[in-house]
Amino acid sequence: MTANNLHISSAGKVVTDLSLSKLNVVLAGVGGQGTLVAGKLLGIVAMKLGLDVKVSEVHGMSQRGGSVITYVRMGSKVYSPIIEKGTADFCLAFEELEALRWSGLLKLGGTMIINSQKIRPLPVLMGKAEYPLNIKEALVDAAPDTAHIVEIDALASALSAGSSRAVNMVMLGALSYFTEVSIDMWEEAVMEVFAGKAKLIPLNLQAFHFGRDLMR
Amino acid sequence: MKQILLGNEAVARGAFEAGVKVVSSYPGTPSTEITESIAQYDRIHCEWATNEKVGAEVAIGASIRGARAMSCMKHVGVNVAADPIFTSSYVGVNGGLVFVAADDPGMHSSQNEQDSRHYARAAKLPMLEPSDSQECKDFLKRAYEISEQYDTPVMLRLHTRVSHSRSVVELEEPQELVIRPYVKDVNKYVMMPGMAIKRHVVVEDRMVRLAADSAGRPDDLGLHSMKISSPKLGIITAGACYQYVSEALPDASVLKLGMIWPLPQSLIRDFASKVERLVVVEELDPILETEIRAMGVACEGKALFTLQGEYSAQMIRAALSDEPNPESAIPQDTLPAAPGRPPVLCSGCPHKGLFLALSRLRVQVTGDIGCYTLGALPPTSSMDACVCMGASIGMAHGFDKATDGQDSLRTVAVIGDSTFLHSGISNVINAVYNQSYITIVILDNSITGMTGHQQNAATGLDIRLRPAPAVNLEALCESIGVTSIRVVDPVDTHLCQEIIKEELVKKCVSVVITRRPCALIPTGKGKKEDRTVVNKDNCKACGLCYKMMCPALTEGPDKKPIIDREACNSCGLCRNLCKYGALTKGGRKE
Repeated sequence: MTANNLHISSAGKVVTDLSLSKLNVVLAGVGGQGTLVAGKLLGIVAMKLGLDVKVSEVHGMSQRGGSVITYVRMGSKVYSPIIEKGTADFCLAFEELEALRWSGLLKLGGTMIINSQKIRPLPVLMGKAEYPLNIKEALVDAAPDTAHIVEIDALASALSAGSSRAVNMVMLGALSYFTEVSIDMWEEAVMEVFAGKAKLIPLNLQAFHFGRDLMR
Repeated sequence: MKQILLGNEAVARGAFEAGVKVVSSYPGTPSTEITESIAQYDRIHCEWATNEKVGAEVAIGASIRGARAMSCMKHVGVNVAADPIFTSSYVGVNGGLVFVAADDPGMHSSQNEQDSRHYARAAKLPMLEPSDSQECKDFLKRAYEISEQYDTPVMLRLHTRVSHSRSVVELEEPQELVIRPYVKDVNKYVMMPGMAIKRHVVVEDRMVRLAADSAGRPDDLGLHSMKISSPKLGIITAGACYQYVSEALPDASVLKLGMIWPLPQSLIRDFASKVERLVVVEELDPILETEIRAMGVACEGKALFTLQGEYSAQMIRAALSDEPNPESAIPQDTLPAAPGRPPVLCSGCPHKGLFLALSRLRVQVTGDIGCYTLGALPPTSSMDACVCMGASIGMAHGFDKATDGQDSLRTVAVIGDSTFLHSGISNVINAVYNQSYITIVILDNSITGMTGHQQNAATGLDIRLRPAPAVNLEALCESIGVTSIRVVDPVDTHLCQEIIKEELVKKCVSVVITRRPCALIPTGKGKKEDRTVVNKDNCKACGLCYKMMCPALTEGPDKKPIIDREACNSCGLCRNLCKYGALTKGGRKE
C-alpha cells in the first residue's frame, strides 16, 4: 500500500485534491463523543497505508463536556501536528455547534460532514446565549461554491447500532465513503482500535457501515 | 516494528528499551500517560507517588543504588520537585537518572504557562527537547547514556503538542536491565557544606564539558541537526517549533537543537556565520534568544513572536515569509457567533451537590487543583481563589489570621482526596498547630479525577490496580489533632449545607469529608434501574433542577426537564433538589 491508494472518489460535489499527498482531517466534537478514539483509528489507517501520520489530541478537559478537537494529518512526510485555518481536507463535526466553531479550518474545496446532533453548552442551558438555528444552512450559504457540506443524523445511526457512543464510528463510516481506502482496511482498523474491548467490535463495525451507507 | 504512539507513550517505551528499573511520578497533564504506559512493562517498578518531590526523591535513591530511574511531572510539578532536583545535580548519579518535565504552552489544562527550561539552567542540568514521538524515545535513551557518561541527572523537556501527538515510532529490542553495584561514597552522595563545595566545582566543570562536547559532536551527543539551504534566513529552534518552522519555511536554513541546555556555542556561531538573518523561534520565554545574544551573536526572536501560548506554522509564515496563509473555504464574517462550551462537572458527578450547598451558603471558598476547580464557574461560582496544589487550606488559614479568626465563620477550603495527600496535609498540620478556626472540605471521589483516573494512596489500589494499603483520611486527620471530623454524601446537598454551617462556627479546625466515588469509575457508576424519571404531573417547571447543570438533565419545550437516560448516572442529586417530587427513581420509562 502506498500514498497513491488514498484519494477521493468523485462522489462528492466538490472533489478534494490530494495531489499534495497530504490529507488533513479535523475531528471536532464535545468531550465524551469519542473524537480521541476516532483520531486513533485514522492513525492506524494511515500506518496501514504506509504514510507518515500525526494525530494531535486535547486531553484533560475531554471527559468534562468541553469543546474538543483532534487533528489527523497524513502524507509522505508530516511536520506540524496542528491543522490550521483553511487547511482541512475534511472536517468531521460530531455536533452542530462545533461545526460552526471549527468551520474556518476547512480548505477551499474541502468537505465537511456534520452530525445534526445538538448538545447545548452551559451558556445556552443557563439562558445566557442562544444556540444558533439552521447552522448547516448558514454554512452552505456562506460557502455555496467553495465547500462540500453534508449533514447526517449520526446519533440515530449510532443508536440503531446499539449505543450513542458509536457516533464516532458512524462519522468515520461517512468519511470512508469519500476515500478509496479498502473496506477491509477500515474494518481491520476498527478491530485494532477496539482490540482491548472485543465485545464492542460488532456494534462499532455496524455503526461504521451505517455511516458509510448514509453517504450512498 | 513500527507503531503509532503518543509522545508520552514513546517516552515510556524508551524507558523500557533503556533498561529503566524504577519510575515514580505524580500525575499531571500533559505528563500523565508516560507513567501510566510504563505500567504495561512488568520488569519496571512503577508507582504513583504522593507528590512530585516524593517521586523525584524515589528516583534519586534508585539511581544512587545503581538502577536507571525516572520521575515524570508537569511543569508546575517541577516547582514541587525543585528541592531534590537542584541538589541531585551536585550528587550526580550511579544508575542513569532522568527527570521529565512537560510544559503546557497555551494552558490547555494548567494554572500557569511557566517555561521549564529555566530549571535546567538554574539547576545546572543538561536538558533535551524532542520534537515528535520517535525523538521522545530516542532522546530519552540518549539521556540515560549522557546521564551515566557525565555523572549527571538529565532533564527531558516535553510539551503538550509533543506529549499528546501520536506519530510513528520504530520499536527496538529492550536493553538488559542492569543494576550497578553501589559503593558508599559520602563525598558524592552526602551533601553537607564540606562535600557540596567540592561537588559544585564538579558541576561547573561538567557543564563546560557538556557544552563543548555537544557542539563538537553535534548530531551525536547534542542530537542537533543543521540544514543549510538559503543563506537569506536562518532559524534556530527546537521541539514542536521545529515542526512548525519546517512546515512554514521549507526554504530556510535551520539549526534544530536537541540538547537545549547547555548550548552548543561554537555550533551556533558557525550556523550564524552562514546566514544573513538569524531568527530564534521558541515558545514561551526568550531563553535561547537571550543566551545567543549574550554570546554576542545578533539575532531576532521575541520582537517577532509572542511570549504567550502555542505557536503555529501560519504564525511563523506570517512573520517570516511573503507567502500568504491559505483562505478558509467557509468565510467566517457572515456566520452566527458560536457560544462557548466551557467544561462542566460531569453528569452524575456527586460533588456538584457540595458546590450547590456552598453556593446557597454564600461562603468564601479557597479552592485547589482538580475537577472541582470547575466549581468556580457559573452557575455555582463557588470559588474565590485557586493557586496551586494544596494551597486551599493554607489560604483559608491566611484568611483566618488576616481577620483574627472572623473570616473562618464564612470561609471554606475545598480540596480533593489526591490533592489533599499531595500537599494539603502539611497545611492541615500547620492550621491545627497555629490554632485556626478554618473549615476544610475534602472532596473524596476515591480517585485522581482531572488527570484521567489515577489511583492514589487513599484508593486501596496501586498503579497496576493491585490491592494496596489505603490511607484512612479520618484517622489521618484525627492523628494530627483535628477534633471535628464529619463525613457526608455530597449528593445529600441539604445535609452537606447543614453540616458545613455547623462546622463554620466551631472554634477549631474542622474537616468535612464529602465522600462518593467519581461517576466515571466502576465504583461510582449508578444502577440503571435507579435512573431518574420525570413525573410531569408533579413538576411545577420551577427550574431549580437546571441549577445543577447536569448534562443529562435539560429543559424541554414545556420548561419541564428531560432526562437523557443514557447519560444519567442515577446519582440522585436532582431528586434531592426537587421540592415537588417531580423527579423520582426510575423503574419505568417516561
